[in-house]
Amino acid sequence: MYSQGLIGADTQTEESEEFLAAFQARIDREEKIEPNDPMPAGYRKTLIRQIGQHAHSEIVGMLPEGNWITRAPTLRRKLALLAKVQDEGGHGLYLYSAAETLGVSREQMTEELLSGKAKYSSIFNYPTPTWADMGAIGWLVDGAAIMNQVALCRCSFGPYARAMVRICKEESFHQRQGYELTVALAQGTPEQKEMAQDALNRWWWPSLMMFGPSDSDSQHSDQNMKWKIKRFSNDALRQKFVDATVPQAEHIGLKMPDPDLKWNPEKNKGQGGYDFGEIDWSEFWRVVKGGGPMNRDRIAARQKAWDDGAWVREAALVHAEKRRRRAREEASLEAAE
Amino acid sequence: MSNQHMPLWEVFIRPRNGLDHKHVGSIHAADSEMALQAARDVYTRREEGNSIWVVQSRDIVASDPDKSSENFDPAGDKVYRHPSFYDIPDEVGHM
Repeated sequence: MYSQGLIGADTQTEESEEFLAAFQARIDREEKIEPNDPMPAGYRKTLIRQIGQHAHSEIVGMLPEGNWITRAPTLRRKLALLAKVQDEGGHGLYLYSAAETLGVSREQMTEELLSGKAKYSSIFNYPTPTWADMGAIGWLVDGAAIMNQVALCRCSFGPYARAMVRICKEESFHQRQGYELTVALAQGTPEQKEMAQDALNRWWWPSLMMFGPSDSDSQHSDQNMKWKIKRFSNDALRQKFVDATVPQAEHIGLKMPDPDLKWNPEKNKGQGGYDFGEIDWSEFWRVVKGGGPMNRDRIAARQKAWDDGAWVREAALVHAEKRRRRAREEASLEAAE
Repeated sequence: MSNQHMPLWEVFIRPRNGLDHKHVGSIHAADSEMALQAARDVYTRREEGNSIWVVQSRDIVASDPDKSSENFDPAGDKVYRHPSFYDIPDEVGHM
């Protein structure tokens, strides 16, 4: 999801050569950049954009799975799903917190999500019509997310890297519970196995798109690599994901929906890897730009949550003010005695 | 009104007794009580600690990174601050 946050990122910056060189030298020495440190405006802007979009992805990412909590087939699955969705809310908050250290306010980020100015990962604009989708999301979507996020733990910006470390620790359960769920379906009745295969068919390509555009089409990618905002190219991470996932599907008798998928012993410097078919980038761009099957629903749900929570936020602020006023009055009474 | 800024709080957690509280992130809440509850929900879902501090972000006073070279000079010329600066007879042994 996470490399998608860099799409269209404006890395332009107007500092002096000397300032930029000193900053680059810090990055090259593997020093972490902390919020109050001097940094190029382009670095700050790029990070606000990327961390903000990452946070939005976690928050919107609660919706496709939240859809199934009430209909989980067993208590065990329901507990897992509840805990996972709660984690995603928490991950969104860790990330908003990291973005806020760069001087952007939470209100501003929320507004940008609701107005459509800020994006979130394309993957959450696909529907979750069957229970097997809960398995596919955990296994593939969280699997792809982990691939990206492990790399981000070494990002040059301290608060982002620290948030990623915490997120990665928690994310592993998400992927395992998804795969376990898929295994259960794949080993179940023919109908259940078919349901698991159908979910894989629908989620495979969108999962590959999560890594973002191909390196050759990725604007500003070089600058972000140089600043160590990202450490690996989109294509390298995507390849790693394919190589890790294909055997997992084979193990449970499911088939990737890609006729061009085949083992290539030459790949990865002779270690071998999978060749895979062409990604439909026109679909990717359509979904990123708002034309996916669920874009409108997702934002409408976030807007409703924001609007429905307005009275709670207002009441909490008024209550806090009332308590402060009372405390002040009591203090002045005591002083008068 | 609902867009009024909810105060920001920095969150510190003690992982277990015997260790210091450590900064873990921030949280938005209307007052200190709700900040503590939100911090507990967000930052301690998996036994991350047994004690939480919250403090309003605006109350934190930070040193200026531009002055870090003068504030945190390595004091390389003040070798007399280190034990190895002082000669002790070998026969005395470890001191």
